[in-house]
Amino acid sequence: MADITLQNVNKSFGAGIPLAVNDLTLNIRDGEFLVLLGPSGCGKTTTLRMIAGLERQTSGDICIGDRVVNNLRPGDRDIAFVFQFYALYPHLSVRDNIGFPLKAQNLPAAEVNRRVENVAERLRITHLLKSTPGRLPGGEQQRVALGRAMVRQPQVFLMDEPLTNLDASLRADMRVELKHLQHDLATTMVYVTHDQVEAMSMSHRIAVMNNGLLQQVDTPLNIYRHPQTLFVGTFIGSPPMNIVSGKIMGLRFVSDDGSFWIDLPPAAQKYATHNLQTYFGVRAEDLTLHERSAAVKGIPGVIRIREPLGDETIYIVDAEGQTLTIKTPPRLRFKPGDNVNITVNHQAIHLFDKTSEKALLPERWSDV
Amino acid sequence: MSSLEVLNLSKRFGRKQALNGLNITVKDGEFMVLLGPTAAGKTTTLRCVAGLEKLNGGSITLDAEVITALSPAERDIALVFQTYALYPRKTAFENMAFPLQARGWDADRIKRRVGEVAALLRITELLQRRPAQMSGGQQQRVALGRAMVRQPRLFLMDEPLTNLDFKLRVEMRAELKRLQSELAATFFYVTNDQVEAMSMADRIAVLNNGELQQVDTPEQIYDHPANLFVAQFVGSPRMNTFECRLDLDQRALISADGVLKLDLSATQLTALSAADAKTLVFGCRPEDLSIAEKGMAVGTVYVLEPLGDRTFVDVQVGGQSLRVRAEASYRAAEGDKVGLDFDLARCHVFDAQTGKTLF
Repeated sequence: MADITLQNVNKSFGAGIPLAVNDLTLNIRDGEFLVLLGPSGCGKTTTLRMIAGLERQTSGDICIGDRVVNNLRPGDRDIAFVFQFYALYPHLSVRDNIGFPLKAQNLPAAEVNRRVENVAERLRITHLLKSTPGRLPGGEQQRVALGRAMVRQPQVFLMDEPLTNLDASLRADMRVELKHLQHDLATTMVYVTHDQVEAMSMSHRIAVMNNGLLQQVDTPLNIYRHPQTLFVGTFIGSPPMNIVSGKIMGLRFVSDDGSFWIDLPPAAQKYATHNLQTYFGVRAEDLTLHERSAAVKGIPGVIRIREPLGDETIYIVDAEGQTLTIKTPPRLRFKPGDNVNITVNHQAIHLFDKTSEKALLPERWSDV
Repeated sequence: MSSLEVLNLSKRFGRKQALNGLNITVKDGEFMVLLGPTAAGKTTTLRCVAGLEKLNGGSITLDAEVITALSPAERDIALVFQTYALYPRKTAFENMAFPLQARGWDADRIKRRVGEVAALLRITELLQRRPAQMSGGQQQRVALGRAMVRQPRLFLMDEPLTNLDFKLRVEMRAELKRLQSELAATFFYVTNDQVEAMSMADRIAVLNNGELQQVDTPEQIYDHPANLFVAQFVGSPRMNTFECRLDLDQRALISADGVLKLDLSATQLTALSAADAKTLVFGCRPEDLSIAEKGMAVGTVYVLEPLGDRTFVDVQVGGQSLRVRAEASYRAAEGDKVGLDFDLARCHVFDAQTGKTLF
């Protein structure tokens, strides 16, 4: 058990190249499941590799527990690093695969067996101990790989996109297993992914990175509801958040071409006199479709595309020069060409400053 | 534009029967998606239609003309693959103009036509760029443009969005659907991604092991799957299923471990007793389950998966692990006891042996 602290960590891969990791300060709590999330090249894997000791930071300190590990080799850091879950020894039995790291430490055979069996029971693979991994379905292979990481009882698990190569339904199952297991073991976990669904569904907190810079660290729901930057707002959520470029005029947001406008909540009052250049953002589920009628006030629009997904339906709607994506319950039936009015959940409006791309509305205003 | 009829199509590779008497009709102007897992026979079907594979049996008809014996070039069909296969040294314009030059069009006419198509695809400003100077999505648009310029009778697409990143894929889905409907073109589109199939298709043909499972609209496929395979392949997260048996005395379904008892309506009961299946599989989608204080069953929260706009709750009931769709704001701790309600009118029962849907 240990927490991990990164203090002003920089990583440069050479002069003239932007920093891979730029002044990263982050505390990962003891027993926490923290996901490092971002697109490829954002610095998340480099960060993980520095924690593991596979990469040396250019400056800054890394502590695991109460030890500064800057000068420790990977093997001395008491961590287990899991890449893709598939790297099993095909010719060894499941028992020997799981026990391998312990044998490498020259533990007595009885102790190895006891710990392997303990882990196998936890992962519900006791009945597979005699099989060889090559014959097992993907999900069971993953559990074996997980078992091999667990058996050493490390202070910290580090995982780099371990589910990437699995098919969608197996990935969904493994997410559940991994989350449950981490909860059960209460071992600190740092998990790297570019998949926001994995990040949202498994983590206690998400650290979103882009271009080497930490964007935001918070719980999944706070990240989703209160993104602090335009990048976080648009990177998280499927379909991506609707964004309209424009400015604040009075207590109203008006698009660049002037044709799309929306009244803003009182929380935006302090920007009312600035004509501030902003992006307006709203998630697909915070827009509601109505049949066009005089009774419903709302933005007039025309349905372009209907995407039924079974448990919900997505509409792509042309509205006052903008294209909006709207999520609805499945049994609402609009057709392409239908005239509609769109209403906005004012509690769920986002505004981002165009220059800094930082969120303008206070983090908690909508919860009040 | 044209209708396509695949009749009794068979294809073997060595001793392996890839397709066995496949029948599919794609209507004029229809967006038909052929959906299935890897090695289901989707790409083979597409390649047979394109003329890239020789059939072992059956026929392919385009607009009432049997094209089985025609060469690929004579079929007047456009193919778009997941790799864009653009000429790297040619500009977007030159790539798109190429099929027309090959047909001997004059330069003015080519320029006009490429311009029209580029406008439709919103790539006019990219026409002077080479592939290396474009993003994946832009390259895929150019590849589409190259297929579109010559107004083929039929578009065949083999997972064209697979290599794009998630956001672009979502965008291109809508874009492709818009194009198809604006052109009123006939699309025959292969994918293993059920979200693509659901969101774009007029109709979906589900294929598994070389055999057609069901052909229907996305909603029908989702709400009324013909069998257990379709039920589990379509929908994300996938449908919850568990084995159960019919208890006629109690007029109920009992889960194999005896923990769950689900009362049946008279019609459901009739359907099940008429079917006379030995073992049954019960199926319910996550959104047809709900957490309720006084539910039909009691379970234990295993894991909570918040996704922002909704939360999936994994609940263990006896030996069953059930995924429940809940509100985004739902809160519970692992290990909490919760009640579960089933929307039985929307649930399904399958014959475990044949996989056939009983209701």
